[in-house]
Amino acid sequence: MHILVCGGTGCSASRSHEITKNLQAALKDKGLEEQVQVILTGCFGFCEKGPIVKVMPDNTFYTEVKPEDALEIVEEHVIKGRKVKRLLYTDPETKEHVADSKHMNFYKKQLRIALRNCGFIDPENIEEYIANDGYAAVAKCLTEMTPQQVIEEIKLSGLRGRGGGGFPTGVKWEIASKNHADQKYVVCNADEGDPGAFMDRSILEGDPHSVIEAMTINGYAIGATKGLVYIRAEYPLAIDRLQTAIKQAREYGVLGKNLFGTDFDFDIELRFGAGAFVCGEETALIHSMEGKRGEPTFKPPFPAQSGYLQKPTNVNNVETYANIPIIILKGANWFNKIGTEKSKGTKVFALAGQINNVGLIEVPMGITLREVIYEIGGGIKNGKKFKAVQTGGPSGGCLTEKHLDTPIDYDNLIAAGSMMGSGGMVVMDETSCMVSIAKFYLEFTCEESCGKCSPCRIGNKRMLELLDKMTKGQGTMEDLETLKNLAGVIKDTALCGLGQTSPNPVLSTINNFWDEYVEHVKEKKCRAGACKSLMQYVIDPDVCVGCTSCARNCPVNAIQGERKSPHHINQEICIKCGTCIEKCKFNAISIK
Amino acid sequence: MEMINLTIDGKAVQAEKGQTILKVARQNGIDIPTLCYYELNGQKLENKPGGCRVCVVEVEGRKNLAPACATEVMEGMVVNTHSLRVVNARRTVVELILSDHPADCLSCSKSGNCELQKLAQKLGIREIHFKGEQSTYRKDDSPSIIRDVDKCIMCRRCETVCNQLQTVGALSAINRGFEAVVATAFEQDLVKSPCTMCGQCVMACPVGALSEVNQTRQVIQAISNPKKTVIVQTAPAVRVALGEEFGYPAGTIVTGKMAAALRRIGFDYVFDTDFAADLTIMEEGTELLDRISRYVKGDKDVKLPILTSCCPGWVNFFETNYPDMLDVPSTAKSPQQMFGAVAKNYWAEKLGIKREDMVVVSVMPCVAKKYECQRDEFKTDGNPDVDYSLTTRELAELIKQFNIDFTSLPEEDFDMPLGASTGAAVIFGATGGVIEAAARTAYEIFTGKTLDKVDFTELRGLEGVREATIDFDGTPIHLGIAHGLGNARKLLDSIRRGEANYHAIEVMACPGGCIGGAGQPYHHGDFSIVEKRHEAIYREDANKPLRKSHENPYIKQLYDEYFGKPCGEKSHHLLHTHYFDKSKQVEVEA
Repeated sequence: MHILVCGGTGCSASRSHEITKNLQAALKDKGLEEQVQVILTGCFGFCEKGPIVKVMPDNTFYTEVKPEDALEIVEEHVIKGRKVKRLLYTDPETKEHVADSKHMNFYKKQLRIALRNCGFIDPENIEEYIANDGYAAVAKCLTEMTPQQVIEEIKLSGLRGRGGGGFPTGVKWEIASKNHADQKYVVCNADEGDPGAFMDRSILEGDPHSVIEAMTINGYAIGATKGLVYIRAEYPLAIDRLQTAIKQAREYGVLGKNLFGTDFDFDIELRFGAGAFVCGEETALIHSMEGKRGEPTFKPPFPAQSGYLQKPTNVNNVETYANIPIIILKGANWFNKIGTEKSKGTKVFALAGQINNVGLIEVPMGITLREVIYEIGGGIKNGKKFKAVQTGGPSGGCLTEKHLDTPIDYDNLIAAGSMMGSGGMVVMDETSCMVSIAKFYLEFTCEESCGKCSPCRIGNKRMLELLDKMTKGQGTMEDLETLKNLAGVIKDTALCGLGQTSPNPVLSTINNFWDEYVEHVKEKKCRAGACKSLMQYVIDPDVCVGCTSCARNCPVNAIQGERKSPHHINQEICIKCGTCIEKCKFNAISIK
Repeated sequence: MEMINLTIDGKAVQAEKGQTILKVARQNGIDIPTLCYYELNGQKLENKPGGCRVCVVEVEGRKNLAPACATEVMEGMVVNTHSLRVVNARRTVVELILSDHPADCLSCSKSGNCELQKLAQKLGIREIHFKGEQSTYRKDDSPSIIRDVDKCIMCRRCETVCNQLQTVGALSAINRGFEAVVATAFEQDLVKSPCTMCGQCVMACPVGALSEVNQTRQVIQAISNPKKTVIVQTAPAVRVALGEEFGYPAGTIVTGKMAAALRRIGFDYVFDTDFAADLTIMEEGTELLDRISRYVKGDKDVKLPILTSCCPGWVNFFETNYPDMLDVPSTAKSPQQMFGAVAKNYWAEKLGIKREDMVVVSVMPCVAKKYECQRDEFKTDGNPDVDYSLTTRELAELIKQFNIDFTSLPEEDFDMPLGASTGAAVIFGATGGVIEAAARTAYEIFTGKTLDKVDFTELRGLEGVREATIDFDGTPIHLGIAHGLGNARKLLDSIRRGEANYHAIEVMACPGGCIGGAGQPYHHGDFSIVEKRHEAIYREDANKPLRKSHENPYIKQLYDEYFGKPCGEKSHHLLHTHYFDKSKQVEVEA
């Protein structure tokens, strides 16, 4: 019997390490420590219900487990064979307990390829990885395949870069392999810059060896003997697990010299980033690794021609790499049957926002947004109405109701005005103001712009200022036209992917929610009630009894009125803090 | 050479493979506006960060507009440089840049020379559609250079010049997004950075973010003070560039008109730094010969090669970067400072006035000279040997302020005795000139023979690093020359590694030598202007009746009357200096 405890960053923060300790102590207490193994794994994905504890082999899926529950799990489940019902997942619709993750809506439509080992194996034990066909793919490549055959296999699989750009991985490898140099480099991009996305972190935390194995295969395919992982220093657990994994891989001889008895050498080093969003752009990433300012340069030259230290360099992101070993083992023709015509395989999304099931999901390309939001995600929180879904991270776009049945793939998302990007997916309900949402995302891109090109450095700032004006009720129709033109020019002229996509939140909301912009500008109204400056707190004189509670509690003394007669709010002074509404016992105050 | 075919603005053109759209368009007479792009042709320096996005063009089949400066031409490419889409984008981008730029053109140091101003004019911008916050950064004054970073447009030219051309590394981009600016390490003042004050950044800066300290006001006040005797000295490179400010073609020699203008401005004595250049040759040449003779006699302690020390940017550079080699350069002061020392001692004595009542103004092609004249070792009781150092550009401003019609001025001579000079002094203004001047004198003193031909053409040219061996009547003398501090670094490193086999090396901080100095009229990257000044320097030399420093009769007189002999005790005191280790001057606040 195994007990798997989620050791991802999220569940760790909810004391999953303590759960592990308590489970181990309870088992020891009962003399079961030999028979039952407690394993701290990577992320299960269902973060909404974490910490997750899974008991194998019967696949019992416990949710929201607390350290105090450990004893009960051992006494009831392990010893008596009775599931602890109160810790089982309850289906929000049927209100029934679902014991097995396979039957939970959250997992039913998922297909876990990149995340295949996350939540199943101990990431700090190479033997568990090996037991699950680990390092079999690299062995196959080195002993049975030529580098060209490896490249052909990846090309045939149709795998495209999961970092956001969607460039065909096999083609990228082929270009790097054809550029000859005394030294080439393989770089793993683990600079997951979108604050809402955490699939790369989860893979590195839950299955670091798959990335090491894939990088080695990549090195063999293009003729590189050195691998570098560029990882943000804010990912201490991922760094720790990766370092442990690299150490173990060296000890087991799957990294180092003469791998698998061949004359191929390969080793990996880590490079730490300071967490700049733009350093996910491959040229900026390379400059940062070289100790230079992390800012992009014009391509060409592509890294495949002149990358790290001016040598041919192949950069792929973590999730892309996680797909490689299984493609080699199961074959390109297995992989390319999954997904759509031009986007093969699966994609991991970080599902967030006003949705019932927040978490990390992996779904086949071609699934619709509706399936993701309503089936996997369990629909909108608190029974509210769906308004928009923002995909692709801070520089993605907002899609609406009309896009819900569009099959998700690289090309469809771009055609709809958004992008695959980081794989972030933020669901919004009717209380979200789309002008404020655009402003929110732009604040991030303004912070994270490197400042090299004028459209991004100044243009984004000006867009932000225009949006700010609109949310404060000071915008004009001319501003709206200026904003529209500016967004288009930035998209058309910015230097790198960050700048070219930073207007996406603005453009997509302008396209899909034009009326809401016009309302803000012309009627000075925010239908979502999110823009404070456009709201008015009003006291209904027919309801107000003059109890003075609101006036006494108003922090800025904006409310006047005689005792026992209706009060009045001075709009010039009011800061819209909402205290008066809270304090009014007669529901006399409302927002207009 | 592989040629490819493409279409630009409907015109079929052929181009060399590997060239950019910008270059091909320019070769074909199509002007694509640029801003951040900067090329110092002939000096292998190109700044093309692709950052300003002003040069964007439409390439058929591409999703986004492409920067012409960084996009290589391809077979069959169809380029449109002025489509509606391009014009709108370009105008929007320039308006954005202007929206974050102080609109103080009226009093800006680069007004009239500002490339952003010209661009706004060309694009017909009358209204800026974007209003908003302006990025600000503290102003930084140094004795030579003012950084007004609020005006920085992040073209990165200064950074490229400072790092790639000069390898000084004082400037680099910091901060992110809207706050991004070019600054020094740890955001220190320029004076506390490795900056050499060479000013090539000022030369490259398209706007007023970097400019020289302007001292014309102080000079006017000095002249208008009846108690002060105001003396002016002009560096050799000024006379071949000043004319450009008055509409003359590059390479016009305006020595006589310049002297006339200075006299009309009201200087009491119009002297010439060239006189001091001849004096420098006497001192530096003697020092060189002394070191060589000791070396030939087997003295193991003698330091060879000897390095010239006329260039203040260069002096700052080795003080900061090569503190272990401070005994290698010649101890001779620069001509500016030799002149100051002679004026405030010898000439003041002759006039019977106190040094405090004398003001020495220099006109230099240089901004580092402003720093040099303020160095403590060049002051006596706080009174500097040279009070103010103006650039060529500042002199032009003065002439214009005094309403002098420069073109109709007569040709006049300098005043004597400190205005007398030889051709050897004139060529100090070009790279290789100091070493050639030294060779002319050293040869005759060393061999005791008269040169048949004074032109050492093997020492001339504009290659970054050059070397030549001169036959001193059987003794081969190996000479090295570098201009541009990046090139100087190459030579210095080879000396440090013990690989260099030179007797003497001349270094000038600026590309081309003083003719390409940062105080000269702005050339906006057109190095052919510097090449024309270069030709003019050697023309001026050829036209001089005397062409060897030791033949300057007033120099002989000066030694007879005052100094005794070159490198004697008095000249050691007044004409020589010493150097400081500045490698640790960068202060980091805790």
